[in-house]
Amino acid sequence: MNDTVSKETMSFALNEASRAAIDREVAKYPEGQAISAVMAGLRIAQEQNGWLSPEAIEAVADYLAIPAMAAMEVATFYNMYDVKPVGRWKIVVCTNLPCALSGGEQAAEYVQEKLGIGFNETTPDGRFTLKEGECMGVCGDAPAIIVNNTRLCSWMSREKIDALLDELK
Amino acid sequence: MSSPDTPQSILLAGLDGDNTWGIEHYMKRGGYSALRKVLESGMTPEQIIAEVKKSELRGRGGAGFPTGLKWSFMPRNFPMDKYVVCNSDEGEPGTFKDRDILRFNPHLVIEGMAIAGFAMGCSRGYNYIHGEVWSLYERFEQALAEARAAGFIGRNILGKGFDFELFAHHGWGAYICGEETALLESIEGKKGQPRFKPPFPASHGLYGKPTTINNTETFASIPWIIDHGGEAFQALGKPNNGGTKIFSVSGHVNRPGVYEIPLGTPFPALLEMCGGMRGGRKLKAVIPGGSSAPVLPGDIMMDCTMDYDSIAKAGSMLGSGAVIVMDESTCMVKSLERLSYFYHEESCGQCTPCREGTGWLYRMVHRIEHGEGRPDDLDTLDNVASNIAGRTICALGDAAAFPVKSFIKHFRPEFEYHVEHKRCLVPVEVQREGSRIYVEHAAC
Ligand SMILES: Cc1cc2nc3c(=O)[nH]c(=O)nc-3n(C[C@H](O)[C@H](O)[C@H](O)COP(=O)(O)O)c2cc1C
Ligand code: SF4
Ligand code: FES
Repeated sequence: MNDTVSKETMSFALNEASRAAIDREVAKYPEGQAISAVMAGLRIAQEQNGWLSPEAIEAVADYLAIPAMAAMEVATFYNMYDVKPVGRWKIVVCTNLPCALSGGEQAAEYVQEKLGIGFNETTPDGRFTLKEGECMGVCGDAPAIIVNNTRLCSWMSREKIDALLDELK
Repeated sequence: MSSPDTPQSILLAGLDGDNTWGIEHYMKRGGYSALRKVLESGMTPEQIIAEVKKSELRGRGGAGFPTGLKWSFMPRNFPMDKYVVCNSDEGEPGTFKDRDILRFNPHLVIEGMAIAGFAMGCSRGYNYIHGEVWSLYERFEQALAEARAAGFIGRNILGKGFDFELFAHHGWGAYICGEETALLESIEGKKGQPRFKPPFPASHGLYGKPTTINNTETFASIPWIIDHGGEAFQALGKPNNGGTKIFSVSGHVNRPGVYEIPLGTPFPALLEMCGGMRGGRKLKAVIPGGSSAPVLPGDIMMDCTMDYDSIAKAGSMLGSGAVIVMDESTCMVKSLERLSYFYHEESCGQCTPCREGTGWLYRMVHRIEHGEGRPDDLDTLDNVASNIAGRTICALGDAAAFPVKSFIKHFRPEFEYHVEHKRCLVPVEVQREGSRIYVEHAAC
């Protein structure tokens, strides 16, 4: 999905692929319950735009014919929506206890060291944003990292972290 | 770490990693025979529910509520929409079993849900899948398409006049949505804030309609029960604890992973399956049922069997079957600090005791961990925890309180040491040594 509207102008319109994807979601719910597709709609808009600007949230709300406030509430409640701009790659490291017992925290320290940033910070070149994650439901794979919400990386040793960060340009 | 299969598996039996999740393989393993049996032999909803009751299957999501009994609460003669909802929002720290069911055997869940739909007169279902495991959501949608094409969901299933539609809905990073009424709110497109109960979902659930919510593993157990009978399932486990259960073992063991074993298996046997303690270090403590369950000292745990009743008798909960193993390199104060942070972070903020109390608990444990604790902090902590438990809309309040109370109860001297000496009883280098292995060498 490359026809992203630039962040600078802040205007946003759902492209055709996004609209088709949202239509498929709406069809899952009973008549008159298009609002149930707001979570998927926001995810789809975020994928298109890189983050959920107020304009993107409004576009989803308009498309589903629900109040913008309702979509805004959902966007700010769930952690995986980025309601502020993030780097090209959002790296989330799980540091919850089960992962920490198998190196989750030390993996997070290593990523911080390599990127020279702390949690909730973005590298000056806009390449990476780092976040501390809560349990991802994959504790047996610790240390676990999720890149841009959808790519799970398991057993992230220092060596594998090196390779991952090199790969993400 | 590839095969979760143990000799006693039924839910994860006969799988070959990522290669055999599709419908063709599922049917080769005997898949959809239970749904066929139900529809073609003319089993009645009452007979199905009776079979599930006989199986003594207890909900695998945390509370361990008898599934057959839950199903019998659904209004029988309600003429309008009713829903069956699967809870795959697995986010309880330490739990990663539903992931393997959905990854390696998703049709088992679809079949279980279709049978549940038939038994409770529901023609629509949703599976709510944790957003963090995105590829499983995609896979589940693929599996649904396969099942639809083969005529196992949709209209007039197997020509027997039963209609059942099933869809996937994804979460997007909110632990609280694992709570069943928050999950319903979330499907309705709202913030995931738990509802007051009563009314219970069986009378007022999704879109205000009667709804039954079960965990992924609960639904996954249904086809076997129908195929082999409730009594056979019961006999796999022990009285009042029917069946096998998938345990997610994390922490200081040689082989973290999922292990499906009969309920009632001694804990030492499970520990052995996991390759024993990492580095041969001594077992210190175990949280036997996910982070919300009270912690137990290692020696108490070694005398337990892995079932609801034995773990409850020892003073904790089997919960979701997430076994978090901690060896002697663990600092209990630091461990509690991380858990308390989690509950504070994930409180939905609706109830004052939870919203304020979880923040208070976290800040106090944080203060103790960072050498700023005061001698009366331990009693205050216990007090604050007691004042949250039982006073909130949902069980997250209790879940935040249990770890605090149990960590202090069983490991009080370690907390006192922290307050007095302003540092960990277990030296920091020892702690790091205990958990560093997978940062140094990838496990896979
Ligand atoms: C804070 C909180 C989180 C929960 N998370 C989950 C979860 O991730 N998965 C789950 O199945 N049940 C979870 N539950 C339990 C559900 O509310 C519900 O009891 C369960 O899904 C019922 O299914 P079962 O009877 O098959 O266990 C959670 C409960 C609470 C209070
Ligand atoms: S107990 Fe906590 S999480 Fe549950 S409803 Fe109240 S504030 Fe929300
Ligand atoms: S604690 Fe990290 S994935 Fe569960």
